[in-house]
Amino acid sequence: MDRPHRGPAGPALAGGTPVTADRTGTAKIIEARDLVKSFGETPALRGASLTVRQGEIVAVMGPSGSGKSTLLHCLAGILVPEQGEVWFGGQRLDTLSDDRRSALRRDRFGFVFQSGQLVPELTAEENVALPLLLSGTRRGPAMRAARDWFGALGLDGLEQRRSGELSGGQAQRVALARGLVGGPEVLFADEPTGSLDSVSGELVMDLLTAAAREHGTTVVLVTHDARVVAYADREVVVRDGKVTTLAGTRP
Amino acid sequence: MTVPLTLLGLLERGPSHGYDLKRDYDAHFGRGKPLRYSQVYATLSRLARDGKAVAGPVEQGAGPERRRYVITDAGIGDVERWLAEPAPPEPDLQSDLFAKVVLALMLGRPANRYLDIQRAAHLQRMRELTDLKRDGETLDVLLADHAIYRLEADLRWIDHTAARLDLLSRAVRQ
Repeated sequence: MDRPHRGPAGPALAGGTPVTADRTGTAKIIEARDLVKSFGETPALRGASLTVRQGEIVAVMGPSGSGKSTLLHCLAGILVPEQGEVWFGGQRLDTLSDDRRSALRRDRFGFVFQSGQLVPELTAEENVALPLLLSGTRRGPAMRAARDWFGALGLDGLEQRRSGELSGGQAQRVALARGLVGGPEVLFADEPTGSLDSVSGELVMDLLTAAAREHGTTVVLVTHDARVVAYADREVVVRDGKVTTLAGTRP
Repeated sequence: MTVPLTLLGLLERGPSHGYDLKRDYDAHFGRGKPLRYSQVYATLSRLARDGKAVAGPVEQGAGPERRRYVITDAGIGDVERWLAEPAPPEPDLQSDLFAKVVLALMLGRPANRYLDIQRAAHLQRMRELTDLKRDGETLDVLLADHAIYRLEADLRWIDHTAARLDLLSRAVRQ
């Protein structure tokens, strides 16, 4: 079966957050306060607030159109809210210039989207190395770092394939490697299993959470799939552009 | 589903005769299994004995027992606690949660919140099962998967219902 080991995965990272002794630290890494964001006349966020602690895996749930992806995009500095504040590690993110936000996304965040979004002209290995190449790492070290992830994610032998030659699950694991290769402090994942069958989706979630735990990476995960939510430390629900923290058994 | 608490919930709307309670129970929750009058009156007597409701004086007129029941503060407290308490995340929760949601909407209580509480209880159970799968033997993993998929079906219903509360609210208040 197409399933590598399930244990903690991934080579040592160049940068990134040191692993805390506890599974999740108590320090806030992201804080969003009262975010408001509209698209034309349509309000997407109406006062959304969320705090994420370092090393935590948080699932953001909500029906279609609830504003959950918009919230993720604001937290990651892809979108800028009209009102409210986004803080990342003591730094205000939403007031930074476009260039500074791009640099922050490139150097300190990783991303995985619903369908891998690999560059079809590049090999799998080049796709994984891409974030490093874009942030100025030379080709040799970038490709070596990329290659290390293939074993960790059960992708051995697929380094030279192009996206058209990979299954959906393989392509998504390549995208996961690309999201992790730079040693991000926060990995943002938007429906990372949305286009996969249940077995491939489970494998991606096993690998994603194992790698995040091992490296102390904070994960913000948008999904409507309860089976994906079950991998997270806790969940919040976005409804009508606001965040509801469930009255659950977890703090 | 618990008949006494459901009747008590219906009684919270206002003082009612046993007959009215039976009719409303059958319409909303009976689903082809109407309550017997004897069951309704026995339940109301017990609720009165336990201080959850008070029976009014027998009213003038012919017919069966003409007595109105009024819910007490203790009764209201019981309804409130019951609604807010998540059912054990078992696959057959449907009827219990259904009754809670419909009653909450009738009484203008926060149905959304009760669904959230139930969702959290379900997700917590799914999380435990997912953890169990990580180190489990193949057969245990298969069993856990079965439970996970059934919980997922409940969760879909919870989300589906949460998205339609306005519509449901109008339907039950007619």
